[in-house]
Amino acid sequence: MAGYLLRRLTLAIPVLLGILFVTFSLARLLPGDPCHSALGEKATPEICAAFNERYGLNDPIPEQFRIYLRDVLRGDLGNSIKFGRPVTELMVERLPVTLELSFFAMTFAVLIGIPLGIVSAYYHNSAIDVGTMIWANIGVSMPVFWLGLMLSYLFGVALKDTPFWLPPTGRLTAGRIIEPFYQAWGLDVDGSALTLPGFIANINTLNALLVRDWAGFWDALKHMILPAMALGTIPLSIIARMTRSSLLEVLGLNYVRTARAKGVHELSVVVRHGLRNALLPVVTIIGLSLGSLMSGAVLTETVFGLSGVGRILYDSITGRDYTVVQGFTLVIAVMFVFINLIVDTLYAYLDPRIRLE
Amino acid sequence: MSTTDNLVEIRGLKVHFPVRAGILKRTVGVVKAVDGVDLDIRRGEILGLVGESGCGKTTVGRAILRLIPATAGTVRFDGKDLFSLKPSELKPLRREMQLVFQDPYSSLDPRSKVGDIVGEGLRVHGVTDRQERHERVRKALEMVGLQEEHMRRFPHEFSGGQRQRIGIARALVLNPKFIVCDEPVSALDVSIQSQVLNLLKDLQQELDLTLLFIAHDMSVVEHLCDRVAVMYLGKIVEVAERDELFRNPQHPYTRALMSAIPVADPRAKRERIILQGDPPSPLRPPSGCRFHTRCPEATELCAQREPALIDLGRAHLCACHLRQPEGQVAESVARVGG
Amino acid sequence: MADRTGDNGKPPAEELPLLQVKDLKTYFFTRRGIVKAVDGVSLTVRRGEIRGVVGESGCGKSMTAMSILQLVDKPGRIVSGEVWFKGENLLARSRREMTAIRGKQIAVIFQEPKSSLNPVLKVSTQLLEVLKVHQDVGRLPRTEEAVKMLKEVGIPDPERRIHNYPHELSGGMAQRVMIAMGMACAPDLLIADEPTTALDVTIQAQVLDLIRTLRNERGMAVMLITHAMGVVAEMADVVTVMYAGTAVEEAPTLNLFDEPLHPYTRGLIASIPVMGQRKERLEVIPGRVPNLIDMPPGCRFAPRCRARVEHGLEKCTVEEPPMIEARPGHLVRCWLYEGDQR
Repeated sequence: MAGYLLRRLTLAIPVLLGILFVTFSLARLLPGDPCHSALGEKATPEICAAFNERYGLNDPIPEQFRIYLRDVLRGDLGNSIKFGRPVTELMVERLPVTLELSFFAMTFAVLIGIPLGIVSAYYHNSAIDVGTMIWANIGVSMPVFWLGLMLSYLFGVALKDTPFWLPPTGRLTAGRIIEPFYQAWGLDVDGSALTLPGFIANINTLNALLVRDWAGFWDALKHMILPAMALGTIPLSIIARMTRSSLLEVLGLNYVRTARAKGVHELSVVVRHGLRNALLPVVTIIGLSLGSLMSGAVLTETVFGLSGVGRILYDSITGRDYTVVQGFTLVIAVMFVFINLIVDTLYAYLDPRIRLE
Repeated sequence: MSTTDNLVEIRGLKVHFPVRAGILKRTVGVVKAVDGVDLDIRRGEILGLVGESGCGKTTVGRAILRLIPATAGTVRFDGKDLFSLKPSELKPLRREMQLVFQDPYSSLDPRSKVGDIVGEGLRVHGVTDRQERHERVRKALEMVGLQEEHMRRFPHEFSGGQRQRIGIARALVLNPKFIVCDEPVSALDVSIQSQVLNLLKDLQQELDLTLLFIAHDMSVVEHLCDRVAVMYLGKIVEVAERDELFRNPQHPYTRALMSAIPVADPRAKRERIILQGDPPSPLRPPSGCRFHTRCPEATELCAQREPALIDLGRAHLCACHLRQPEGQVAESVARVGG
Repeated sequence: MADRTGDNGKPPAEELPLLQVKDLKTYFFTRRGIVKAVDGVSLTVRRGEIRGVVGESGCGKSMTAMSILQLVDKPGRIVSGEVWFKGENLLARSRREMTAIRGKQIAVIFQEPKSSLNPVLKVSTQLLEVLKVHQDVGRLPRTEEAVKMLKEVGIPDPERRIHNYPHELSGGMAQRVMIAMGMACAPDLLIADEPTTALDVTIQAQVLDLIRTLRNERGMAVMLITHAMGVVAEMADVVTVMYAGTAVEEAPTLNLFDEPLHPYTRGLIASIPVMGQRKERLEVIPGRVPNLIDMPPGCRFAPRCRARVEHGLEKCTVEEPPMIEARPGHLVRCWLYEGDQR
């Protein structure tokens, strides 16, 4: 098992290098240049030359790549051209937002999608089944952007002054501050640098739990509900449909008949014998959906005014902020590798016929 | 035996499949599906090839037709060495050798009409004239008891037995000399089996075909075949004329196989040999005689040395240390035993 | 037919059969019409006997078994009939009561042993599950019991095997595990639905031998469902022949093979090659099994029946014959024997 993980991680290195190379080249192939994006259309050639010299953009591209690679291996992702700050610092700021959002979106999708799929499969062809699947199909075809706007209008505007009101923008109510857990615990760390404590402290819900600020936790969670629903609806629908079809197939298999013939109770037949086998393809779908969440996150973060990875990626691509694009792409790729690894490991755990070796 | 009355001569045929594992798909082992088979198929005979699943009988059939590559050995068809032929030289021979599949359900393209399924071989082999193709397909269907109007129908409109007839017509349409029938009746119901068996027998006689009939059912083989070869774990263990084999089976495996078959006659008095355990994996075949791990008669020698397929007389070949040609003393056994 | 039933419909106690199926009908309600998979089947299984049920695919033999256990999947439904088991009509039992009977008093093994075991659960888990659901609450079954169960069905090295997953077993071994699972609660009836069809001949012999041995040792009854006349001839004490959803002949095995009465049975026996009895040509039953949606009127076999033509019987295509006791203990559903009725 350890050997397998090691080999998978080793195999990931060329993949990451390739991704780095492709983003690096693509960023430079885009029309437009960082100088004019950063300094405006009126920047003179002289100013731009100086600008490019400062950011090492005058070197031949292979040389630029070599230097960039060297820096990355040292843990230095460079400085943002637009913000003038280290990319790592931006990451500590932005990544937690997106991780938190993705986590809640996925939790929402799994916790609702799987039970819906089970109910739908169990009451196959009944009104419940048909209704659920109609909703699932609508969910899949719902544009995230539109759904986000609708949700924020419904819960943020239409339901204002009712107990169902939910905050339509931001991460916390204006003025609320949750004390970073490292301060509360009296640790001596710089929260803005690329450090684990700074990173964790920026995941509001987690930080609130760590400092036992329940009011803060509830406030942070409330701000997550609408974006998570908007982002989680498509994966929810996919998961529900997948669970349903997979469970339906499994419930018709011979070993399920055996379980019934053994005198196992119906609930136990579905859960013990059906579900575990039916979840195998669902796990794959969840892994894949986590990837596609990224593209949805851009829109969701825009609609709900969250400054996460999606927002900054979008801004830096339009602003030709090369270092930021490269840095965040690399981090997303690394996350992908780990998600895939986790999915495959989970698969092997669920299905003894698969051996990791 | 003169070579002229053999249509097919198989010598030292081996088909090994690599087992790959891991991310880099390295070969971690070799399945010796067929591991040194010598067999002659005489002109105009039905040769039965029997054995249990995994013994390599299907692989032998496919390797002869060059549908899967052989690892070693030669197959001569009508005097020509099939494995050394170039694709262009092989093509004309292909029409002389045909295959009938076991599963009549998955072996017919569900989206093609029966006429196209049966006629495809003609097109491939350059019969361009539509009228001629139509006529030959009609004749082939007629031979298997189907009518012209069936040409316009799709496979799902037919029952299992009729589909197997279509499969046979597809093989016949090119006027082959030799047909490999791979378990053609095992997927069919009993009452349908007999129709197909009778049909095969009639066609073989009318068209003077040579058939390799691959099966696991000894009673079917006894009914249909002129000669029978028994396979176990990639090797031929016994070959004889049908009457000789069924009256006087020599190899302990053949005997066990015959005694294991349930006979539809409750009054039949039979000696019952029940073999213990499962057949070993062809990935790691046992040393010496491959059957020694399950053989009720096995001696020490059997685990050490592999027996050769020798003629016991009356063209009865058997690969067993304990069976010697008539009149000869089983000296090797005596030596080890003493 | 001899009157074996008492006034209240219950068989008299002295020869109460273990299982008595009466006029069972299980239909499938499909878009294309009603598929009459089981259409008036009656059969009995006495304690300790092996009852062979033989017929070709689609004759309703497996669906009869599934109906006895009430494991018929939608869109199928048991339409009418009675299933008396140990003096009680199972069709009157609630779902919960049936769950308690399945696996405990009536066990089943199926055709495809490997796919009949759950691929993600260990052998021991699946074996002990039977004990868990049928024994008193609070008592957890132990691993040693699983070892014992495997030992009884002759699996070598049971201590190691209980930790295996199904994909690590051979087909023969998987069927032994299924049998062990069936035997766990010492059932009165084992339904074996084509138990050896997917297995190789030498393995088939092992499994049949095991079933016979277990029957002899424990005295349970076996309902052996198969398409193979050979298996029936070797195993069964009494045989029911089924055709197109109904039983057409019923007799002690020796009588059935000595003198098959129903034209279908005769055709079936003559159409199979028997080792050691060579025939130049095999008999062929002309035509094919009727469509179960659109059954012919009268006898279901009439359209394929040569005897009907030879004897010039006209009733056959009009009225369905009843089961006639043409010889002592030998029942047949055919108008040819109308005069022989005792």
